[in-house]
Amino acid sequence: MTDSETQARNLDSWLDSYADRAETLAESEVRALFSVVSRPEVVSLAGGMPYVAALPQELLAKAYTDMMAKKGHLAIQYGGGQGDLTLRDQIRDLMALEGISSSVEDIVVTTGSQHGLDMLAGLFLDQGDVVLAEGPSYVGALGIFRHYEAHVEHVYTDHDGMSPEALSDAIAHIKKQGKKIKFLYLVPNFANPSGVTLSAERRPKILEICKREHILIIEDNPYGLLYFDKPVPDALRATDEDGVVYLGSFSKILAPGFRVGYVLAPPAIRDKLVLAQESALLCPSSFSQMMISEYLANADWKGQIDTFRGVYRERKDAALSAMQEFLPNLETTRPDGGFYLWVNLPEGMNSKAMLPLAVQELVAYTPGTAFYGDGTGQGQLRICYSYPTPDNIRVGIKRLANVINRQTELLETFSKKGN
Amino acid sequence: MIPKGNNDSKLRIQVLAGGISHERDVSLKSGRRVADALTDAGAIVVLREPDQDLLTNIKNDRPDVIWPCLHGASGEDGALREILALTGVPFVGATGQAARLAWDKSVAKTLVAKSGILTPVSITLPKDTFRELDADSVLATVTSAISLPVIVKPARSGSAQGVTKVTDASQLNRAMVDAYVYCDVAIIEKFVEGTELAISVIDLGAGPIALPAVEIEPLNGKFGYDERYTAGETNYYVPSRLSHKIAEKASRMAVAAHTALGLRHLSRVDMIVDEVGTPWFLEANVLPGLTDTSLMPQAILAAGNTLPQVYYELAQAAIRG
Repeated sequence: MTDSETQARNLDSWLDSYADRAETLAESEVRALFSVVSRPEVVSLAGGMPYVAALPQELLAKAYTDMMAKKGHLAIQYGGGQGDLTLRDQIRDLMALEGISSSVEDIVVTTGSQHGLDMLAGLFLDQGDVVLAEGPSYVGALGIFRHYEAHVEHVYTDHDGMSPEALSDAIAHIKKQGKKIKFLYLVPNFANPSGVTLSAERRPKILEICKREHILIIEDNPYGLLYFDKPVPDALRATDEDGVVYLGSFSKILAPGFRVGYVLAPPAIRDKLVLAQESALLCPSSFSQMMISEYLANADWKGQIDTFRGVYRERKDAALSAMQEFLPNLETTRPDGGFYLWVNLPEGMNSKAMLPLAVQELVAYTPGTAFYGDGTGQGQLRICYSYPTPDNIRVGIKRLANVINRQTELLETFSKKGN
Repeated sequence: MIPKGNNDSKLRIQVLAGGISHERDVSLKSGRRVADALTDAGAIVVLREPDQDLLTNIKNDRPDVIWPCLHGASGEDGALREILALTGVPFVGATGQAARLAWDKSVAKTLVAKSGILTPVSITLPKDTFRELDADSVLATVTSAISLPVIVKPARSGSAQGVTKVTDASQLNRAMVDAYVYCDVAIIEKFVEGTELAISVIDLGAGPIALPAVEIEPLNGKFGYDERYTAGETNYYVPSRLSHKIAEKASRMAVAAHTALGLRHLSRVDMIVDEVGTPWFLEANVLPGLTDTSLMPQAILAAGNTLPQVYYELAQAAIRG
C-alpha cells in the first residue's frame, strides 16, 4: 500500500536535543480548559489569586514616589545576589510574628517563594529521589519536584494536618525500598489546597521524626498571617534552626505582581542558595524589593493584612454558606484562614472528567488530581474563594451544584459496571 | 497579492477568536496565528472576542470581511455564523446552516453516507435514551451489533475531547459518561484499524481542492488533545506515505465530503484508510485548527503555499461570496 519515501516530520525540530527532564513539561487539557476563566461570564473558583483590589493603590503609589525619590538609581540597578539588606531586616521582623528568631545573614530574597523552592529542589534532588509531602499538596511544588524527576510520596493528612504516625510509616516503607528521602515539603498553615493547618500538637512530633530520620523539612508558609480569628501556632522553624528551611512570600500579604519571596536557611544551605541565585538570575529585582521595603517602612502593612483577613473571612463564610445551601451532603474542610476549601465528591465522581461540564455551566474549579503526584484525587476538588465576590461565590457554587447533580444522575445511569 | 498603497486600499479584517467553549485556548492560538499571517499579507487586522460587544465591534471596526477562528460550540455549531450573516459582512468559512450539520458528527456521517462515502458503522445515543432504558442492556445490544473495539465520542465536540477507544466491554460505561460530559449525544462507532489522515480542503473561488494529506503518527499511539497541541508528541507525514493511487482516492473523498456537507472556503476531513486502502470518513471540521501544531497549516505549507497568502486569499474569496 505504501510506495512513498516521505520523511516523518515532527513539529519540534529539536526533539532529539532536549534533556530528559524536559519530558516532564507538558501542557494539559485541564490547563487549556482554564483559559475560559478569563471570560467575565465564568465564575472562577479555580486559580489561587489574592484579591489585590483590597490593597489601596494609593499606598503603592506613595511607596513608589518615596522610594524613587530616595533610592531611584539603586532601584533600577543590579543588586546583591542575597537580596536587599534593608528588606532582609524587615523580613526578619515579619518572621518574628510567627515565632522565628533569625539573622539577616541567613535570609535570601527570591523571585517569589516559588523560585526559592525551585532552587532548593535543584540543590537537593537527583533523579529518583523521594520527596515527602502532604496528601494533597501544592500543585506548583509538585510541578517542580516532577521537573527534577523526583518521586513524591504523599503522606496521609487530615483536618489537623499531616499525621505523624503516617509520616513514620511512610519513611519506614520508603527506606525499606532502598530509596533516598531528600526532604519533607509542608505547607503547615491553611494549606493549598486543603485549607487545613498542622496542629500545635503535631508540630513537635513531625520535627522529632524528621530530626531522628535526618530528613530536612521545607516549610512553605505563604498564608500563615492570613488567619481569620486566631494566629497560627509558631512556625516549625521557630524551634529548629538547622532542620528546617523556611519559605515566605509577599504574594498573599501584599501582591504577587512584585514576585518577591524569601528563604530562611541554615548557613551552609544559604550559601548554596545565594550561589544558585547568582548563577540563575544574578539578583532578585531591586525595584520590587525596594518598593516592598518602602511599603513596609512607611505604610500600615499590618492594618492592610487585617483588611485582607476581613475580606477572606467574608468570602470563606460565603463559600461555606453556599456549600451548605446547595451541596449540603458534601464534606468540605472548614479553614481558619487562607484561600481554600477542599471538597470530597460523591462516590465514583471524577473531578477532572467533570470539568468540561463545569465550563459549560460557567464555573471553574481545580480538580483534585492536580494536587497529587500519583494521579489520585479524582474524588476531590479545590474551591478557591479568595478572588470572586461573595455574591459570585454563591453563584459559582450554585452552578457547581448543578454540575455535580447532573454528573450524579449520569453516574447513576451508568453505575452498574465500569465505574 | 500583497496590497500596496495606503491604508484605504488594504483589506480590513476582523479575526474572531476565544469564546466560551472547551476549545477556547485552541481558538485563541489559532486566532493569533491567523491575525499575524493576515497582517504579514498586508491586511489591517483586528483580533476580537465574540462577546457582548461583538455587534458593536463589527459596526465600529467596519471590517471588509470577518475571519472566524472559533472552535467548538457557537464557533462551529452555526449559531454565530447565522448572526454574522445578518450583519451583512462577509465571513470566511461555512454558512450557519452547513456548519450546524457538519458540527454534529452523527448528522455529518448520515449526509456523507447518502453521497456514497464510506463511514464506519455507528449508533447515536442521546443521553435521554438511558432515562427509560437500562444502560447495561442497551450497551450490550449495541456491542453485539458493533463488535469491539469501538470509539465512543461526543456527537458535538472537537480536539478529541471526550473520545475513548473501548477495547473491553467493561470500559464502555465510563466512556459513555466521559462523552456525555461534553455533549448530550454520544456516538459509538466501529473502530477501523488503519492510517489516520487529515485532508484539508480549500476553495479560493475555483472550486474545492484537497491539499496534501497529513498522515498522523502519534508517538504514544494515541492522537488525543495533548498530542494535538504539544509539539513533539506526534510525527506527521506530509504528504502521507500511502501510495499515490490511495492518496488520490482519499483526496477525492475529502472533496466529496466537503461538497456533500455544503461547506465553503475551508474544511478539514478526518479519515482512516484501512488495510486494503479504503478511506473511511470520520468527521469534517468546519473551522480546522490553525495553531502552530495544527494540521491544516502543515498541509498549506506542504502544497508550496505560504500561510499569509492562503489566509488572505480565503478572505478575498469570502468577499466575492
